[in-house]
Amino acid sequence: MSTERERDDEYESGGGTFGDYGGQYVPEALMPALQELEDAYERYVLENEDGFMDEFRDRMRDFGGRPTPLQRADRLSERYDREVYLKREDLLHGGAHKLNNALGQVLLAKYMGKERIIAETGAGQHGTATAMAAAHLDMPCEIYMGRTDVNRQRPNVYRMRMNGAEVNPVEAGSATLKEAINETMRDWATTVERTHYVIGSVVGPHPFPRMVRDFQAVIGEEIRDQIREKAGRLPDSVVACAGGGSNTMGTFHAFVPDEGVDLYAVEAGGSSLEIDEENGMAPNSATLSTGTDGVLHGAMTKLLQAGDGQIVESHSVSAGLDYAGVGPELSHLVDIGRVTPTNVDDDDALNGFHRLSRLEGIIPALESSHALGYLEEEHDELGDLVVVNVSGRGDKDLETVLEETEKRDLEAAPEIEVFDG
Amino acid sequence: MSDTSSEYDSDIEAAIRGNHPALITYITAGDPSLEDTKAYVEALDRGGSDLIELGLPFSEPIAEGQTIQAAINRALAAGTTPEGFFELVEDLETEAPLLVMTYYNMILQYGSEPDVRPFVERAAEAGLSGIIVPDLPAEEADPLRDACDDNGLDLIFIIAPTTEGERLDAVMSRVSGFAYVQARLGTTGARANVSGATYDSLARLSKYDVPKAVGFGVSEGDHAAEIIEAGADGVIVGSALIDIIASSDDPSDAVDALEAKAAELKRGARRGAETLTDDPEDTPEPEQP
Repeated sequence: MSTERERDDEYESGGGTFGDYGGQYVPEALMPALQELEDAYERYVLENEDGFMDEFRDRMRDFGGRPTPLQRADRLSERYDREVYLKREDLLHGGAHKLNNALGQVLLAKYMGKERIIAETGAGQHGTATAMAAAHLDMPCEIYMGRTDVNRQRPNVYRMRMNGAEVNPVEAGSATLKEAINETMRDWATTVERTHYVIGSVVGPHPFPRMVRDFQAVIGEEIRDQIREKAGRLPDSVVACAGGGSNTMGTFHAFVPDEGVDLYAVEAGGSSLEIDEENGMAPNSATLSTGTDGVLHGAMTKLLQAGDGQIVESHSVSAGLDYAGVGPELSHLVDIGRVTPTNVDDDDALNGFHRLSRLEGIIPALESSHALGYLEEEHDELGDLVVVNVSGRGDKDLETVLEETEKRDLEAAPEIEVFDG
Repeated sequence: MSDTSSEYDSDIEAAIRGNHPALITYITAGDPSLEDTKAYVEALDRGGSDLIELGLPFSEPIAEGQTIQAAINRALAAGTTPEGFFELVEDLETEAPLLVMTYYNMILQYGSEPDVRPFVERAAEAGLSGIIVPDLPAEEADPLRDACDDNGLDLIFIIAPTTEGERLDAVMSRVSGFAYVQARLGTTGARANVSGATYDSLARLSKYDVPKAVGFGVSEGDHAAEIIEAGADGVIVGSALIDIIASSDDPSDAVDALEAKAAELKRGARRGAETLTDDPEDTPEPEQP
């Protein structure tokens, strides 16, 4: 991990910014905790003090199941007439890449002597990963989750409770991820001396965006080694979905210095790319593709906002991509032209979901399905050797997929009527 | 507006030091409408507020407890915009100087490009005397600090119970107007008692020659008395006033109750100051008008 890190100093300043993005826009009460965290991050993560990173890697192997495979997708390769490989993060413990970050941060909190873990969750993937990590490391854990999400993601609420976490429903606003983050920040501002806040993506104030990236960077580091072994060279392009951006940065980070490797961040195009300012709604989560610069949840980054600065409600068929902000490092990589922002609408994501399920026997998360939808649409642009990150598995999405498929005429979908009978 | 006398650096410092012990009141603009806010601010002014903070609502108020969050939601639902806010400020004629409290993104987005200057220039033109930004720590504040200096506005910083040592010096070196002393960790909201952290914070700050006002949790005249007795120059009250607004059946009913609440708080503060004058031994010297 540390050998990869030296390369990115060109665009990463010491003050917690990536070009114009990043920073620490938080209440004063949290500033000393961010300094304490920055210090712990440097000592334990960057310098492996007390063998922290060794313990982290051991636990990710034995508890998490790393490394995850890089698999040649035979039928997709045939369909698109090029070599397509899938990074199988869906096979990580918990069914998504989220554990890489959650276990890293809970372990770090333990090294820091913190006594309590809090986290926000949208669809529940980060919440379940944090609850698993907290149970594994014997730390008390509370998860904030919007009431709307609690109601539509019951199985994940049960999983968190099974692992011993308390789940606190948040009633404010649209009662989804954004409000859950607000409420977790309020808890942290009250309990900061004993509590660590495990942010679920490469967002928030410094040092979270780079620390979370470093915990997730194992994805791209493994891909780099695996593709060289299997295909004898680096890929022409790497494709990952992007919401907040943790699987995206985790997948891309090792490839940023490899100019010959094109990086595609596929966002949720939802049902339209327009923003409805009057009602404060964006029917998409395409922040990198359409957002403007501003400050949300502690960082300067690209945002979905109205002209006067109010943050709008985002939308995606995939709850894990449904967020009005994005990691500041991704905003910067897009601005300097290193990452290409793209998006896929709800229909094409659903087609991507069905296609992978049928052709490869892998039911992908709706988040990852956006990357697969992009592969279908733009494979001609992606070169002869393509890697797609399958960030998670889709068991959690089956109900949504059945419901949404029934409303549509999707080319890749099976007959939905037969599922009920 | 108060006169800026030559012995003080700003309207705000004059309002606090010149009216010691000072009462600072907060309400959210546009809750439930800008017209009601105008009547409320005038009532708070009549009741004895020496400085009035007006919240410009932002959709993600991470520093606020439930009371002010709800006020912000009501104000946003009523369609409150930055321009409507500035027009309200232009309409107001109060003895007490006015401050705006809002989140950083609202300041950045006021012009056509992300930049703090258009907001600060408009605030100065509308007659505001200062700005408080709960999500802007000293480390990120230089652009706004410069813009405020160029336009004659104070930029108020919050001192938390966790602000100590070198950070405290760094924050205090950027303070103008007054130091907003956060009485306890957590979010805004009325509480039943005065936190022990208040006394620790005031003790840490006693070496700095800047007016200190204590907020977060202050709701009653007796709290105001205790806080002034502990050495503060002023008390800041918000959620307790919003409770009055939120619980009124008709928006106009709140006007008299707000004036009475401000008067109760101001009396409490004066009581605290009198105790100090009677018993000068174990407390710092009060600033007398």
